[in-house]
Amino acid sequence: MHLRALTVVLVTWLLAANAHALTAEQVRAMAIGENDARAAAIGLVAASGDDKAPAFFQALLDDAVKTAGDKVFVVRDGKALDAASGAVVMLPDNAEDVVNSNRMRREIEGALASLKLLSTDANQRAAAIKELHDGVDESKLPLIEKAYAIESDAKLKSELGLLRAGVLISSADKTKRLEAAKSLADSHEPATKTLLLDRLKPDAETEPEVRAQLELSVSAIQSRLAWGERLGVVFTGASLGSILLLVALGLAITYGLMGVINMAHGELMMIGAYATYVVQNIFKAHLPGLFDYYIVAAIPAAFLASALVGAAMERSVIRFLYGRPLETLLATWGISLVLMQGVRSIFGAQNVQVENPRWLSGGVQAMSNLTLPFNRIAIIVFAVLVLASLAFMVARTRLGLFVRGVTQNRPMAACMGVNTAKVDTYAFALGSGIAGLAGCALSQVGNVGPDLGQGYIVDSFMVVVLGGVGQLAGTVYAALGLGILNKLLEGWTGAVLAKIMVLVFIVVFIQKRPQGLFAMKGRSAEA
Amino acid sequence: MKHTRRTFAKTLSAVGLAVGTLSLSSLAHAADTIKVGILHSLSGTMAISETVLKDVALMTIDEINAKGGVMGKKLEPVVVDPASNWPLFAEKAKQLISQDKVAVMFGCWTSVSRKSVLPVVEELNGLLFYPVQYEGEELSKNVFYTGAAPNQQAIPAVEYLMSKEGGGAKRFVLLGTDYVYPRTTNKILRAFLKSKGVKDTDIDEKYTPFGHSDYQTIVADIKKFSAGGKTAVISTINGDSNVPFYKELGNQGLKATDVPVVAFSVGEEELRGVDTKPLVGHLAAWNYFMSLKNPTNDAFKKEWAAYAKAKNLPGADKPLTNDPMEATYIGIHMWKQAVEKAKSTETDKVIAAMAGQTFPAPGGFTSTMDMKNHHLHKPVFIGEVKADGQFNVVWKTPVPVKAKPWSPYIEGNDKKKDEPEKK
Repeated sequence: MHLRALTVVLVTWLLAANAHALTAEQVRAMAIGENDARAAAIGLVAASGDDKAPAFFQALLDDAVKTAGDKVFVVRDGKALDAASGAVVMLPDNAEDVVNSNRMRREIEGALASLKLLSTDANQRAAAIKELHDGVDESKLPLIEKAYAIESDAKLKSELGLLRAGVLISSADKTKRLEAAKSLADSHEPATKTLLLDRLKPDAETEPEVRAQLELSVSAIQSRLAWGERLGVVFTGASLGSILLLVALGLAITYGLMGVINMAHGELMMIGAYATYVVQNIFKAHLPGLFDYYIVAAIPAAFLASALVGAAMERSVIRFLYGRPLETLLATWGISLVLMQGVRSIFGAQNVQVENPRWLSGGVQAMSNLTLPFNRIAIIVFAVLVLASLAFMVARTRLGLFVRGVTQNRPMAACMGVNTAKVDTYAFALGSGIAGLAGCALSQVGNVGPDLGQGYIVDSFMVVVLGGVGQLAGTVYAALGLGILNKLLEGWTGAVLAKIMVLVFIVVFIQKRPQGLFAMKGRSAEA
Repeated sequence: MKHTRRTFAKTLSAVGLAVGTLSLSSLAHAADTIKVGILHSLSGTMAISETVLKDVALMTIDEINAKGGVMGKKLEPVVVDPASNWPLFAEKAKQLISQDKVAVMFGCWTSVSRKSVLPVVEELNGLLFYPVQYEGEELSKNVFYTGAAPNQQAIPAVEYLMSKEGGGAKRFVLLGTDYVYPRTTNKILRAFLKSKGVKDTDIDEKYTPFGHSDYQTIVADIKKFSAGGKTAVISTINGDSNVPFYKELGNQGLKATDVPVVAFSVGEEELRGVDTKPLVGHLAAWNYFMSLKNPTNDAFKKEWAAYAKAKNLPGADKPLTNDPMEATYIGIHMWKQAVEKAKSTETDKVIAAMAGQTFPAPGGFTSTMDMKNHHLHKPVFIGEVKADGQFNVVWKTPVPVKAKPWSPYIEGNDKKKDEPEKK
């Protein structure tokens, strides 16, 4: 069966090899009719290696092909071209789009990639090989063989060999199957594992010798893929950790250093996220050319907006409540409600849309089964930068010295001439501003709405309490630890249970060690 | 006849009295309007989906009023905001029925909100039109379900995924928000898949809390699971969690040609907040798509665009219609027809008159209310996301499908009656 199909394909390929323009019949067959027939026609044209075929395939993929009756048109930049002749024509009013389902798109992409295998540009060839990784069928074998024969780059040649083996694994010839199974052990692709597992099904492969080799190859690929999976967990954990760190850092100052139980911390983040939204809109309206860099302006804007709100909160309410944690808790909770309602009145109750700049969309493929999204990487880097500048500020600057002095011993600091009230305001504004930065980062991964802060307030308190009140280092360890623990558990038990288990863990931990991971003397520790 | 008129007058005077106690001046006004309750979340996690339903309901009411109202009386909408807070739905429903004396309510999206309203409408003998696709397993005399039952959405979608056209999926990830609709739908789907010979090891069921925003692990797990064979994801994620989920899918490079995701709660409106280019080819199953080409739909879209512009609604520059909006539109019109047939807004008479109502739906088919089971006969469409956030219809049923609220794939349902229990 397979051999016969192969011959048919080979013969049509040889016959069609001389044709260098798509005929009207070919175009029609590819664009009109049932998907089965269209797929077959596309396969035939691809196998013919026609020069014009790639452009037409690309047009199909771009949804630029229209039909009217039995005429096929390619519409580009508002101009309609006859798909077969390439002549500019008028598009009839009744022209309809050619609808490509996933299956058709897969066929077309495969066909396009197989044509690119013979490209003179090594990058194009590499891209084509990557594209073909997830599904090669027999019809492509002649092209792969041809490309394999003329490939000069050693790395690409070995990958082409893997592709070829992927087809030969279901060949009728036992020795070919065995050889293919052996060579596929070198693959890094999850798709290859899928293919081999398919062959391992009871009715697929009957030869015990080949089966044994298949199993060996699967476990070889599996062990390679396992690394990608492990690194994936570490990365997602670090990414969640960096978000937790950002949301908790501000609180580490206001609660950790100053001892204010700030229930409005989440709303300060929300204000940062809305500031990002406003900056985005300003860029969209006035500087569309620089839209991709709006985030650069949004970061200071988010910081300032939240810091100002924080300073106003401290001056107007919190400074009268120092040393009275319960009243502070209630007052800040009230402020959080006011802030949420305020945002609802200004921006509406619905979520607003914050777009990722283009350079924050997509990701880098670190391993065949591990893609690192750019927005996550950016947030990790951002968290590290914020942490570094905060640590520098607290440890090395005059303001940091005053903050530490005031929190450790307020009367003594006042005696030394420190204006403690002013230091309190600055410190609170700093913590609030960092919450604003967290909001700016969150706007890039999640939804921005009036309730944004509610989802993170518990998390941020959890991190600070676990890390130990009054210590930046504790916050860092707790955030990363919780992030990775959460992701490990999530992979194991699912998101809902993972969240519960993390909470239980923290409750138990705090029972055993009320002072958290790291303890330091401060105003709150004395109280 | 006489009896009808008298009870109707009684209802009206009750409405008049209730309003009169609030404000004497509105007494004359209240006598010639019929109050209609609109019970959709306008804030919280479900606002992304439900706000437009409130707007489309108001539009339909305006349309009916412009044509002379119902039985010569204008409809007066009473809008409340239950804020994605499930117990608040019951409270607000009670307020609408007992205080505002509405004749009917149009509302709810999540099944948990409907379940919360259910005892209230049953106890007070109110009337609720529920416009969203749901899990079935429920049939109340006081509720009309204008959305799809599982056999009108979920089952055809999975059949499509298993077909050659749909990619011939062998393994399935059932991913949902953790509440009654996804849990029940997945129970039905699991039983259905089993009946098709899919093994338990080839089904991965996952849930996330409402408002979940970190889908890294889930997407990574889907990737890993898909290495074991041709995989499709069936998503019953509800509300604004869809935005981070689809963002993560796009960023991690999981393409529809490799692992298609079919969603039952994602339509044109939910995709508004998402960059759809990486999502091209992912699927949704509904009974209506905005991209359907037929005169009724063109008129519906035009009416909505004009209304959104006139009222300056958010997103009026790009007016979108979707399935639950269509279902809301059908529901209000059918209720109007039933009231006119019954010549009364009294719950029991309207319920009796609803049976067999037909309405030319924007979906391109004539929707028929079943004679018994309070569900619509609906066509099923499967669409693929296009780069502009619209859907290409790649599969549809030839004729409208009758709803089976009691799914045959759940044990014991064969004994249940296809009509609400009489009280």
